Amino acid sequence: MSWVSGQSRSRYRTRYAGRGSTAAARLRRVAAQVAGRDSALRQADWLLLATVLTLTLIGTLVIWSATQPMLLAQGANPHAYLMKQLLNIALGLILMLAVSSLDSRQLRLYAPVVYGLSCLGLLAVLTPLGSIVNGARSWISLGGGFQVEPSEFAKLSVIVICAMLLSELRQGETRPGAKAISKAVGIAAIPILLVAAEPDLGVMIVLVLITVGMIALSGVRLRWLAGMLAGAVLAVTAIAKLHLLKAYQISRLTSFINPAADPRGTGYSAAQAKIAIGSGGLHGAGLFHSQLIAGSFVPEQNTDFIFAVVGNELGFVGSILIIGLLGLLLVCALRIAARSEDQFGMLVASGIAIWFAVQAFVNIGMTLGIMPVTGLPLPFVSYGGSAMFADMIAIGLLQSVRRRRNVFADRA
Amino acid sequence: MIPASRTRLVALYVVVAALLAGLGVRVWYLQVRTGTRYTALATSERVREVVEPAVRGPILDDTGAPMVDSHPELVVSVSLPVLWKLSDGGAGVLRRLAALLGVSDAKMRSQVRLCTVGVHPPCWPGSPYQPIPVAENVRARIGLEVLENQRLYAGVTASVQPVTRYRQPISQSLAQTLGYLQPITASELKTEGIAVTGFSGVDLVGQAGLERQYDRALRGTPGYTKLAVNAAGQVTGTIARVKPQAGDYLVTSINATVQQDAENALANAVRTSQFAGSPVSNGGAAVVMTTTGRVIALASYPTYNPVVWSGGISEREFGRLFDRADGEPVLNRATQGEYAPGSTWKVTSVAAAVAAGLPLYGSYECPATVGIGGSTYANDGSPSLGPMSLYQALVVSCDTVFYELAYQIYLRDHPRLDDVTSPHFPVQEMQKMELAWGFGRPTGVDLPGESPGSVPTREWLYYLWKDNAHAGQDWCKYGRAGGTYVQQIEWDDCRYGNVWTAGQSVIAAIGQGYVTVTPLQLARAYAALANGGTLYSPRIGEALLSPQGKVVRRITPPVVGHLPVAKATLAYIRHALAGVVTSGTAAGTFAGFPLGTVCVAGKTGTAQVQGSQSTSVFASFAPCDHPKYVVVMMIPNSGYGADVSGPAVRQIWDGIYGLQGHKAGLPGGVLPGLPHLNQAGQMVPPSAYLKATRHAGKKSRGRHT
Repeated sequence: MSWVSGQSRSRYRTRYAGRGSTAAARLRRVAAQVAGRDSALRQADWLLLATVLTLTLIGTLVIWSATQPMLLAQGANPHAYLMKQLLNIALGLILMLAVSSLDSRQLRLYAPVVYGLSCLGLLAVLTPLGSIVNGARSWISLGGGFQVEPSEFAKLSVIVICAMLLSELRQGETRPGAKAISKAVGIAAIPILLVAAEPDLGVMIVLVLITVGMIALSGVRLRWLAGMLAGAVLAVTAIAKLHLLKAYQISRLTSFINPAADPRGTGYSAAQAKIAIGSGGLHGAGLFHSQLIAGSFVPEQNTDFIFAVVGNELGFVGSILIIGLLGLLLVCALRIAARSEDQFGMLVASGIAIWFAVQAFVNIGMTLGIMPVTGLPLPFVSYGGSAMFADMIAIGLLQSVRRRRNVFADRA
Repeated sequence: MIPASRTRLVALYVVVAALLAGLGVRVWYLQVRTGTRYTALATSERVREVVEPAVRGPILDDTGAPMVDSHPELVVSVSLPVLWKLSDGGAGVLRRLAALLGVSDAKMRSQVRLCTVGVHPPCWPGSPYQPIPVAENVRARIGLEVLENQRLYAGVTASVQPVTRYRQPISQSLAQTLGYLQPITASELKTEGIAVTGFSGVDLVGQAGLERQYDRALRGTPGYTKLAVNAAGQVTGTIARVKPQAGDYLVTSINATVQQDAENALANAVRTSQFAGSPVSNGGAAVVMTTTGRVIALASYPTYNPVVWSGGISEREFGRLFDRADGEPVLNRATQGEYAPGSTWKVTSVAAAVAAGLPLYGSYECPATVGIGGSTYANDGSPSLGPMSLYQALVVSCDTVFYELAYQIYLRDHPRLDDVTSPHFPVQEMQKMELAWGFGRPTGVDLPGESPGSVPTREWLYYLWKDNAHAGQDWCKYGRAGGTYVQQIEWDDCRYGNVWTAGQSVIAAIGQGYVTVTPLQLARAYAALANGGTLYSPRIGEALLSPQGKVVRRITPPVVGHLPVAKATLAYIRHALAGVVTSGTAAGTFAGFPLGTVCVAGKTGTAQVQGSQSTSVFASFAPCDHPKYVVVMMIPNSGYGADVSGPAVRQIWDGIYGLQGHKAGLPGGVLPGLPHLNQAGQMVPPSAYLKATRHAGKKSRGRHT
């Protein structure tokens, strides 16, 4: 296996370089870190990066097109959302770069901190600090027009912590045992319950599926999986019987089956999105050329319903392009998972893949009328800071995993 | 990586691929497969059509003077959706507005409520999103007050709109014929395919009379503006704009002077009769041109002022228009009143007798009574007059002559078919003649809701019996053998109601019993008698002129039949009717009338109706030799034809020819041609009319014989 020799060579070189204490040697060391064989840049997954950049580029154009007429009508700067999103992308790329340079030891170090912070954030949104958007208390306003959505970061921390817990095999174990699984479930349950309390159904679904998927991928026995599935069925039944869901959540979950039944309520968004996408046809109306988008007929068309704008202005061709790019992104993530030597990296990468897959499917599916309406953004395409940062950090994690720095190798 | 993880990662690949494939298929289905459906939906969402109503065309009299037209006025309207948003539901705004306009709070509230189930007019039948007009012809000061104080008058607007103007006094005189406008109803929207306008007062459609008959032409073509809107309904731009086209002018043959004379004469006759103690409540009159079938005047009593319709009718006024106790002023008695014609009917009986082979110049016995079918029928108010000609029978109106000849015809007329057991039995000889004179069916005049009158054919009798023996009036249930007079008749009708009896046939021959006609039917029959036998479908409209004055359509009364009567017979009858006025039943009525100047011929009719006073009828034409006009009046429950209707008809003739101090409505008896629009956009009376007025002014009155 060629990568083994490659890695040992680079490790040797690094160690060798580290011995020098002269300024030139230090410079060489920095250069090696940046451009060296095992540096973040040299080992980056350029296809993944290109895919992400293409998605964000299309997303930015679509956001511009979707917001310009509305902003003009309000007398505001027509490029306000465009500029903000460009800023979000820039900050996101910096975060990605920073995270991708971390090794797994550092990840393990930071994961509990991120986890703790996002749990605190999730607690804070439940206090008067949180602001209510669309019936859910999911934002913390930071003042000055900035606000943060802790649940986006909760996804990241759940992935990393679960990967940690599920990859630590005890002596003699070939797959995670009951203890590791119950730990993982317990640690994931806290943010899940906090998100449920907001209540943000979409994030809850994503978190649950990430946890379940990662447990399944960790190699746990199939009967454990079956048991968990039975438990989930029981839980859903209990939720239905005990009326734990709010009325608006139930109507959101059921209205996608027949949007016409409630055309001005929950079904309105879904019906409008369907009209926008359907009327896009093969080639679409063209960016900045759609009366329907200019008239803001689709609610939340720059955030949760961005795919309706894609479908309307870019048509079938644009829709398939977006779906294809998301598919490419997922293939990259899964390839990184498959090629990861250690269990931790595999679990982080596949957890991220599950996250993006679920979120993309639920988001696009709701605009196409095959999924309930939930407040989930389309990764890399929807307008939004917190989501963009979290998404970019995830890409940074993938890049980091790809560099195959496992903890055992470091200890050795 | 542990092996179990590797296989499950493969499974995750498969799941992800399936999810993405599912999205791809769904996108293809929505955008490629069914995309066109959504394109149509998207268009309907983002484009709003605002309809700009056309100015409604005016209705003109024969000289081109408007009887109803539109003119711009300041209109105050209320927008319900705005009121609903107010905390008190708009009660405060309406109270302040009522005070400002000087109307009662209750009236204001009733005007702006919606016509839903259980809500009777006045109410708003239009869309709740359409501003509701609550006051028209508002002074500018009030309009300003409303517009400047939108905090006090939220949802209230004042704007200049075309408003229907009813010219006085002609519109009151002709109220039922002109008809009225009301906001369009949902069902009319569907049947007429009329565009709904965004603002109000303008979705009006003609609901009766000429306004309804010529609604499409008068309404014009509304313009529209296609606006692009956003989701909030805010206008973002204009896509297309088409200007409205004003409605056509409707020129009628109604002569305003004659019309008012007819209305006044009718009203005076009714009041005089009421003063004499008769329970008279309504009546109708018609003036028709004999040679063309054009309608010169249609009078109906009681009448009303159509101004009540503008600016939203009040509940009380609406109730009065449709109230029986008030005589239902909304009904047009000239075309909707069905009255017994009495002896005016005898002209058809003479024609029928001659057609049946009885001699025109024969001698007929006029006894005091005749016994027919076990009953005795008396000559009304007259003793036995001995043998006489048919001329004399018409002049003195001898009933027994007509009983006898009707009985003779009855006996020869398929007596075995008089027990009518099928609606397909043939029409009797006499009734065949009556139908040929245009009775028993609508005249086809250009007015909606015309009554057909009734001619008792065998078919008609069969259905009367079938509809009322065990249903309708339910004779078999209420009839009693040996009960009251009415119960006895019902008892008989239950058993023999389908039998055409000798008694019915002789009563029908003098225009009583089952026979009813409308004043217009009688007028056109007399016009046919006067013009030598041509039966017209009368027309009020003469022409439709475009807003630029071009003739869009000439309206000519169609010929719908010819009387199956020899010219000589018609001339004989006309001669007799001239005798009625000079020496017969109407001689007293026309005493002192300048018959040398205008020779009037006519027939009185006094139809006795069971349980009430007689129907007074007078049917006449003039000049005797070359008749130009027919004047008919019918007033039920009033008295003799010669006493009530006769003098009133005489007044109308005075008015037509300008006799005895009256101003001539039709100077020289000339019907003018069409008025036309001059360069300044004003309607100019027809030149023939101008010439005639000048002549009438200069020369002494000529002879009209």
